[in-house]
Amino acid sequence: MNEHATSQEGALGKVILSARNIAKSFGNVHALKAVNFDVHYGQVTTLFGENGAGKSTLMKILSGVMQPSSGEIVLEGEPVRFSSTTEAQRQGISIIHQELSLAPNLSVRDNVFMGREIVGKGGVDYAEEARQTRQLMEELDEPIDPLTPVEDLRLGQQQIVEIARALSVNSRILIMDEPTSALSASEVEVLFRVIRDLKSRGVSLVYISHHLEEALTITDHAVVLRDGRMTAYAARQEIDLEWIVRNMVGENFDLGSPPTGYAMGDAVLSIEGVTVADASVPGRAVVDNVSLSVRSGEIVCIYGLMGAGRTELLESVAGRGDMDAGRVLLHGEDISRLSIAERIEKGLVLVPEDRQRDGLVQTMSVGENLSLASIGAFTKGLLTSREREHGVVRESISNVHIKTDGAAASIGSLSGGNQQKVVIGKMMATHPRVVLLDEPSRGIDIGAKAEVFRLLSEGAAQQGLAVVFSTSEVGECLSIAHRVVVMSRGRIAAEFGADANKEEIMAASGEAVVA
Amino acid sequence: MSDVSQDNGNGRGKLFGGDFDIKRILLEGRAFFALIAIIVIFSLLSPVYFSTSNFLTMSSHVAIFGLLSLGMLLVILTGGIDLSVGSTLGLAGVFAGFLMQGVSFEILGVVFYPPVWVVVILTCGLGALVGAINGVLIAYFKVPAFVATLGLLYVARGVALLMTDGLTYNNLGGGPELGNTGFDWLGFNRLFGIPVGVLILAAVAIACILLLARTPFGRWVYSTGGNARAAELSGVPVKRVQVLVYVLSGICAAIAGLVLSSQLTSAGPTAGTTYELTAIAGVVIGGAALTGGRGNVRGTLLGAFVIGFLSDGLVIIGVSSYWQTVFTGAVIILAVLLNSIQYSGRKKQKASSDGETTSPQPDSATERSPASGSTAGKAGTQS
Repeated sequence: MNEHATSQEGALGKVILSARNIAKSFGNVHALKAVNFDVHYGQVTTLFGENGAGKSTLMKILSGVMQPSSGEIVLEGEPVRFSSTTEAQRQGISIIHQELSLAPNLSVRDNVFMGREIVGKGGVDYAEEARQTRQLMEELDEPIDPLTPVEDLRLGQQQIVEIARALSVNSRILIMDEPTSALSASEVEVLFRVIRDLKSRGVSLVYISHHLEEALTITDHAVVLRDGRMTAYAARQEIDLEWIVRNMVGENFDLGSPPTGYAMGDAVLSIEGVTVADASVPGRAVVDNVSLSVRSGEIVCIYGLMGAGRTELLESVAGRGDMDAGRVLLHGEDISRLSIAERIEKGLVLVPEDRQRDGLVQTMSVGENLSLASIGAFTKGLLTSREREHGVVRESISNVHIKTDGAAASIGSLSGGNQQKVVIGKMMATHPRVVLLDEPSRGIDIGAKAEVFRLLSEGAAQQGLAVVFSTSEVGECLSIAHRVVVMSRGRIAAEFGADANKEEIMAASGEAVVA
Repeated sequence: MSDVSQDNGNGRGKLFGGDFDIKRILLEGRAFFALIAIIVIFSLLSPVYFSTSNFLTMSSHVAIFGLLSLGMLLVILTGGIDLSVGSTLGLAGVFAGFLMQGVSFEILGVVFYPPVWVVVILTCGLGALVGAINGVLIAYFKVPAFVATLGLLYVARGVALLMTDGLTYNNLGGGPELGNTGFDWLGFNRLFGIPVGVLILAAVAIACILLLARTPFGRWVYSTGGNARAAELSGVPVKRVQVLVYVLSGICAAIAGLVLSSQLTSAGPTAGTTYELTAIAGVVIGGAALTGGRGNVRGTLLGAFVIGFLSDGLVIIGVSSYWQTVFTGAVIILAVLLNSIQYSGRKKQKASSDGETTSPQPDSATERSPASGSTAGKAGTQS
């Protein structure tokens, strides 16, 4: 824990809210370990940190979504405890989540007053609500008609509606979790103008962003979290991008190095001009004319921020979702029209990003999950062979080192890292030639991460697997990958060898956003 | 980041702490214990209830619901629902009756009397067709299962009424000179002293057990209901699975229609009205989750027997049919209540336990004694 600013230059910059030794544990997992954190009056404090560093947990505690395991929150000198978001809101603290919480079918007015409708003599006083909404929107310099349905607004405008809603409950402290991740450059500018305006009105902001440079343009204070600890704190004028990256990533935990000592084969997977249109914004492409070729035995890392198009690219290659242009070749054969099952059959598999939503069947056991993609391998005639299934499952459990009570254990009984290994093991059991992994390290601890990377590295070196994995943690790019491809706004922005450095990778991924 | 809270949901603990044993057995075996309780209570109340002949009679009633419930189970396991089975049952009966009366080809001037086995196959084919329409609407045209099968509920019933003009086919016996005797054998006759309908139920049940436990298709059904997205990414042909379960449900309904019209030796267009609800009730009482992925044949059969033995018991002791309706409803609510206790108990456990530790899993296939707590403790230190 570093130098703690007790800057008290008048009202502006005075500490309005502070977290003292906040810790939060989920069983054995310590998401936050004694974090101290200050919010300054009329200023922006930005939280930096990689995925899993504890940013969201801290924000959830400050806004009453969760309660800390220990430590206290001090609001204007008084210790407070929020048992719900409503209570936090009553004290003037509002949070705007990354996924907006507006009802798209309702109007701006109805959204602003949702749950707090102004009731007059003859029911809801819509006229008064509309008047207040119009006033709020004008104050924010975004004169949207209060009766416009929210679904007709652009995402940036919707965000401003959320801000208006927070202001309408007289929020003094506004927490924004990744507010710019889905915005266009011009929308970001509008948002930043609104933020500056809010500051001048004495609203304090807490800001979370993965776009480091962008955040630096708006913030007054920077706090860096790593592995649930606050590793650094400084005022804006004292820091630069390099300082943030250094504190975010910390000393390198060894995630391995690119496997060597063997000859890579020919290109196994060739992606040619793949384009996926954005379903919500006509004319925009989430994946824009991406071409990439991966050789047998090669490990390629796709680095990019949220919304860069990594997931959409990998999913379209694997056969989930339609491509609007381009084709995918596996061993020179066009597989663009094949189903997911047929692509698996041909040797191309995807380990999805969200293992809860896309990777695991929670109602099934560890063994049943492991064998789900390779049922054909133990089916004789019409019936499956229990014995051979046990063989497949046992082999998978030992191949990917899953710690489990046995194949019959429920999938929920495993740790996040072991669940991830089940998803990987399931796809590996199909004996693929190309493995796509979308953020394989998401939400798993460092030890499990290293193990997953070791598996991939061995697969490439010993079986000649072509491996493509995506990540949003720059430290992971520089581990086992032979090649780092940086995606930004749906395009390949840059390509580096294994000798790249963190700064240039991060710069390549975020540049396009900073106007 | 968000994974912290997400993983939070993974750990599952003991359902009821240390004394989960008895409660768990009672909860998981509730359909079985309910059946025992029903048999004991009615045997005490009526001397005729506890007799082989009564059990066989009741079982042949259960056969109808049991067949519908098994088809419904397949659909519910994938996370769907099939409201059209009652109507399909009625339509199948009428269609069989229509075939038994002879199909006249006016151009040729002949009346063709198909033999009973042809009638059976054609009727099952009709059930499959209704199911296929359901399945295609749901899987490929994304019509919600509730709505698609509700529509077919009306259409199938309407077609049955149109075919007979609202009347009932009474003569299903066929004639030796026409070569189509034997229809009554399906439901009315007995084999080794057991009503054929019950034997058909047993055969279909065994087929379903094999299908669900031992074939790839069975695994696909469970995975589709458990997490369709994950199943699809694992190469499971989710859409085909969806179509097929409705086809199978339609066939089960058609078989039930054949058995029922054979039992009654008549086929009326209104047969099976509201049976779809009884079938759903049987599946639910059997412990299946309407959200899909959980449930089995054994439970569903028990559920069908609970409903059948309860309502017949009420008839035997002379309770008015109005009260029967009330009792049946109460049993269904009780069953669903226990279901939600069972499943929300898990969820609550999930929320309060953490993501990275493990603890013994009450519903896993391996039965654990409390003594296995030590292994759980060891497992808890993994990460």
